[in-house]
Amino acid sequence: MARRAKVGLARRLVTPEGVALDLRLASGGARAGAFVLDALLMLGILIGVSLALVAFHVGFGAVLGNFLIVIWLLGFFLLRNFYFILGESSGRAATLGKRVMKLRVVARDGGRLTGGAIVARNLMREIEVFLPLTFLAYSSAQGIADQWTAALGLGWTALFLFFPLFNRDRLRAGDLIAGTWVIETGRRRIGADLMAKGADRRIDFAPSELEVYGQYELQRLEDVLRRGEAGAMAAVADAIRAKIGRYDEPGDQAFLDAYYRALRRHLERRLLFGRRKRDKFDAA
Amino acid sequence: MTDAIFTPNHFRAEREGDWARLETLLNRVEKGSARKLTEAELVELPRLYRATLSALSIARETSLDADLIGYLEQLSSRAYFLLYSAREPWGRAVMRFFARDWPVAVRGMVPEILLALLLFVASAAAGYALILADPGWFDAIVPPGLANGRNPQAAVQFLRGTLYDAPGEGGLEVFATALFTHNAQISILVFALGFAFGVPTMLLLASNGALLGAFYAVYLPKGLGWGLTGWLMIHGTTELTAIIVSAAAGFHIGRAVAFPGERNRLSAAKAAGERAALVMIGVVVMLLVAGLLEGFGRQLVRTDDGRFAIAAAMLALWTVYFAFGGRRRGSPR
Repeated sequence: MARRAKVGLARRLVTPEGVALDLRLASGGARAGAFVLDALLMLGILIGVSLALVAFHVGFGAVLGNFLIVIWLLGFFLLRNFYFILGESSGRAATLGKRVMKLRVVARDGGRLTGGAIVARNLMREIEVFLPLTFLAYSSAQGIADQWTAALGLGWTALFLFFPLFNRDRLRAGDLIAGTWVIETGRRRIGADLMAKGADRRIDFAPSELEVYGQYELQRLEDVLRRGEAGAMAAVADAIRAKIGRYDEPGDQAFLDAYYRALRRHLERRLLFGRRKRDKFDAA
Repeated sequence: MTDAIFTPNHFRAEREGDWARLETLLNRVEKGSARKLTEAELVELPRLYRATLSALSIARETSLDADLIGYLEQLSSRAYFLLYSAREPWGRAVMRFFARDWPVAVRGMVPEILLALLLFVASAAAGYALILADPGWFDAIVPPGLANGRNPQAAVQFLRGTLYDAPGEGGLEVFATALFTHNAQISILVFALGFAFGVPTMLLLASNGALLGAFYAVYLPKGLGWGLTGWLMIHGTTELTAIIVSAAAGFHIGRAVAFPGERNRLSAAKAAGERAALVMIGVVVMLLVAGLLEGFGRQLVRTDDGRFAIAAAMLALWTVYFAFGGRRRGSPR
């Protein structure tokens, strides 16, 4: 379990206060999804502004023609090169696509995300995205001999495009030279306090009945209680009843609530004495 | 069996208010700017962050409530990144960029700049020599669309016209903008290609150098070398400097990735990448200036003397700025 988490996407950051925070790197799929959203948005902006300029041109005649071309050229340049930089310079360090996918860019060492880093990681998109696109366009426009050139070029640029899939930190070429990576930033609400809820109904359990489980089982039980599906609760209640041999409490919900509270109180008390029972196999 | 004095219930009840308060402050900062917070709230934010962080530490050691620990974990991370990655305001960042960061970053890659300059000059000389030896090379080096009839067979009168004639029609602003965006895009590409150990950057730089040499091979034998220099250098002292610097930035990251030296590869790449990025912002600024000079200056100033004056002034400006800009008084850097 622990070893799988190490090579997976879980990472640890120690704050200057000395507390370790567990981070989770964004998966390749989430990154790709965020990029597609951003690309679609950029395309939408491009089409929208172009149409607006054409409409303006038609409406006001050719007087401002050159001026509109200048605006379009500059706008295209800014959109292509600065859309990502601007998005990631905001407080949430994420473009709109990343926000939707609940991601953000952070410095790998946990320090400040500098402007230089943001620029570096996004200028690299030139070879990661636009170069493959160029080769793609080129290959569809050329003859046989050049198609081979284009295919080779496309293969070569694919190296940069699929770079994140070949390292365990999911770094793009841009992340590599900017010293950044992209993490998940899910927000969650604090759940109800299971110890306070329904404390009026108390069933006493003998210590031997609480010795059979550990932290892992307790937290699975917590999960089931929080989800509150009747079917799952019935199955779990039956399993626990069979394990400890108590059939005197018929209500599944009440039984599980009481058992959870008793088990947690029991395990937390041991925890205060420095003994953490990880799961039911843990002899500690 | 009554509850002990220290229980998770007390723990949570005592602190829950702080957590909720931190959450609302974070939401407000993330929605808008930090300036929307009052003075008192700005002081409160780090205190709440530290309180939450210490609650997380306690919860990890004393509580088995997975949901609570998960909640504290994400709240602490959110607050951490908000507090520790706060950036300085835009205005001050821009000031600092021009006053110090940009010239210092350029000075940090002097070996690469010399390499790029050498490569460019050498390939220009090679292009020149090749075409003088065999004019057939011209079509191989210069794409026909770019040559526009300016080839070794062209008449002197025609070539002179390309240098000094007034532009046919208006639209200088479109011309200047197109030049700027095109050149800036190419320079960004040159930079980004540096990631592939700098090799494609060298190829692109060499082909540009050869192009320059090719045009000299057309103009110089007809006695128009001086005029071509003025025509090119009015913006070229800015533009070619920018292109050489962007290639140097590419070499800089290529070098860090290929030969990280004493540091490990990732940290060497990071240091190089950040410096190169600062340089590249500067390159875009330089190319904007070059685009204006090429689009307007060259078409409006049509004497050699005027063109050389502007070219020399720009060259002096960049040299002095990069050599001395941002040096602290009394310190060697």
